[in-house]
Amino acid sequence: MSGIWVVLEERDGRVSRISWEAVAAGQKLAALTGLAVNAAVVDAQTESLAAEAAVKALSKVARVEHPLLAAYTADGTSLALQQFFEDEKPDYVIFPHSYQVRDYAPALAARLGQTLIGDVTAIGGGPVFTRQLMQGRLNGSYRHTGVGPCFVSVQAGAFRADTVEAGAAEVAVFSPLIEAAQLHSKPGERYRASAQTVDLASAQLIVGVGRGIKDADKIPLLQELATALNAELGASRPICDNGWLPLERQIGSSGQTVSPKLYLAVGISGAIQHLVGMKGSQCVVAINKDPGAPIFEAADYGIVGDLFEVVPALTEALKAAKQ
Amino acid sequence: MKIIVAIKQVPERDAQVRIDASGKWIEEAGLQWALNESDAYALEQALQLKEKHGGEVVVVSAGPERVGSTIREALAKGADRAIHIDCADLGNRDALGVARLLAAAVKPENPDLVLTGLQSDDLGLGQTGVILAELLGLPHASLILHVEKTETGLSVKREWEEGWFQTVELPTPAVLTIQSGGNKLRYATLMGIKRAKTKEVRIVEATELSINSAPVVVLERVTLPNRQKSTEMLSGTAKEAVAALVEKLKFEARVL
Repeated sequence: MSGIWVVLEERDGRVSRISWEAVAAGQKLAALTGLAVNAAVVDAQTESLAAEAAVKALSKVARVEHPLLAAYTADGTSLALQQFFEDEKPDYVIFPHSYQVRDYAPALAARLGQTLIGDVTAIGGGPVFTRQLMQGRLNGSYRHTGVGPCFVSVQAGAFRADTVEAGAAEVAVFSPLIEAAQLHSKPGERYRASAQTVDLASAQLIVGVGRGIKDADKIPLLQELATALNAELGASRPICDNGWLPLERQIGSSGQTVSPKLYLAVGISGAIQHLVGMKGSQCVVAINKDPGAPIFEAADYGIVGDLFEVVPALTEALKAAKQ
Repeated sequence: MKIIVAIKQVPERDAQVRIDASGKWIEEAGLQWALNESDAYALEQALQLKEKHGGEVVVVSAGPERVGSTIREALAKGADRAIHIDCADLGNRDALGVARLLAAAVKPENPDLVLTGLQSDDLGLGQTGVILAELLGLPHASLILHVEKTETGLSVKREWEEGWFQTVELPTPAVLTIQSGGNKLRYATLMGIKRAKTKEVRIVEATELSINSAPVVVLERVTLPNRQKSTEMLSGTAKEAVAALVEKLKFEARVL
């Protein structure tokens, strides 16, 4: 067995932030188990990413490299890591819980007879891995009981990237055997849907609208509140899925990330996919009829009540306060 | 085109969930159940492909008897027939164990396409479809918003983080996990509900699929989350609460 391996991902040519958070999770696990922490980078060219990782407090850095890994495919990455981990026999493998990891890590784990413990928010003695259930309303404590490597992916923001200390790691290259015929899908270029005309990222005040509004014809009610507050309207995914507000107003993991002075969450339950997009807000207000809604966990001020009563009252109060 | 849609019954979105006496799961008595949201989009995608290219849509779902109502809902929306994997201990199986059940039921059907939702609204694992592809030995793509049939297979629109998308081409048969929002969901019509009653639902006993059900990952305990922030709750009538809020935002948080 060879300890803990963290799989790093690239973003704009650098090791991504969530990858460093995964390293921090690895170090937390190392403190609990006494195992060494290593990191692997998977791509056609891994030299610069490996160099970034080599100056951190890691034991080894593996460059899993093959020309067919230039464009991400689930088949290519799974094959490469399968061969690498069959060779290394890790105790734990930690991934950042990115869209890419979600695409291949469950298959990779299954291939090795394992089940990924995905989207982990905390690691405790045992080790026990905490992840959210019921859209964040509950937490579940998971334990790996099987024989062989334990696969874990960690949620963005759950561990602190800045706790990763400097050091010197040994760098080695691993060359997996991959043939073009083994890659079944052909990935195209990535693109953004349309020019963004709404820049929520720089907005100071945002009214976030969630599925609690029930109907498209309630949008004007929220627009009036936003106008009274001089705020931008944002939304959680279901609102944009239903076409009640345009996609460019979506806040969350697949939409925009915002960090306003004030975020007023109206009828938003607070699923993690939304929270990751707005948890950098300075002050969060939640208005929701369900006192158990996870949005209250992230809120500074909360009002439990019927938004169709609270929102008009708030609009009036804000108008009055301006005069 | 023969399309299989794997669907899951989950507690209704607004259901008040409580931890059960064992501390290992939620109290299921009295809960209202519904079709998992992204699975509804997977079903919609399948029905649209069938309308365009012909073929058959078969839904498959694992769970106890109550799952039958969600299966009927899928049939009422237009699925042709269903396979119900009768399984009382679904919660004791991990994602690999559940995918094994589905794979055993799906494989003999030899589908051209297998669709499922991106993730379930209860456990939120988001793994079943991807593992199912692995067990069936089929290519897959995940977080899919749009599916187009081509000469050689499929062209799909895949979602990435922060508003990025990608077109991916893959051969069939294949497995796709469907993201919500790609299509407009249909409602079951009265005629559909009536027809659903006569459609075939084949019950397969999980115990007869003779697969390895021993989990490698176990959910040991369910707890209430710790509050990350101390939230100040403002009570009273709507008018009183918002008056207090405006005060707080102005003079305490100083964001107005």
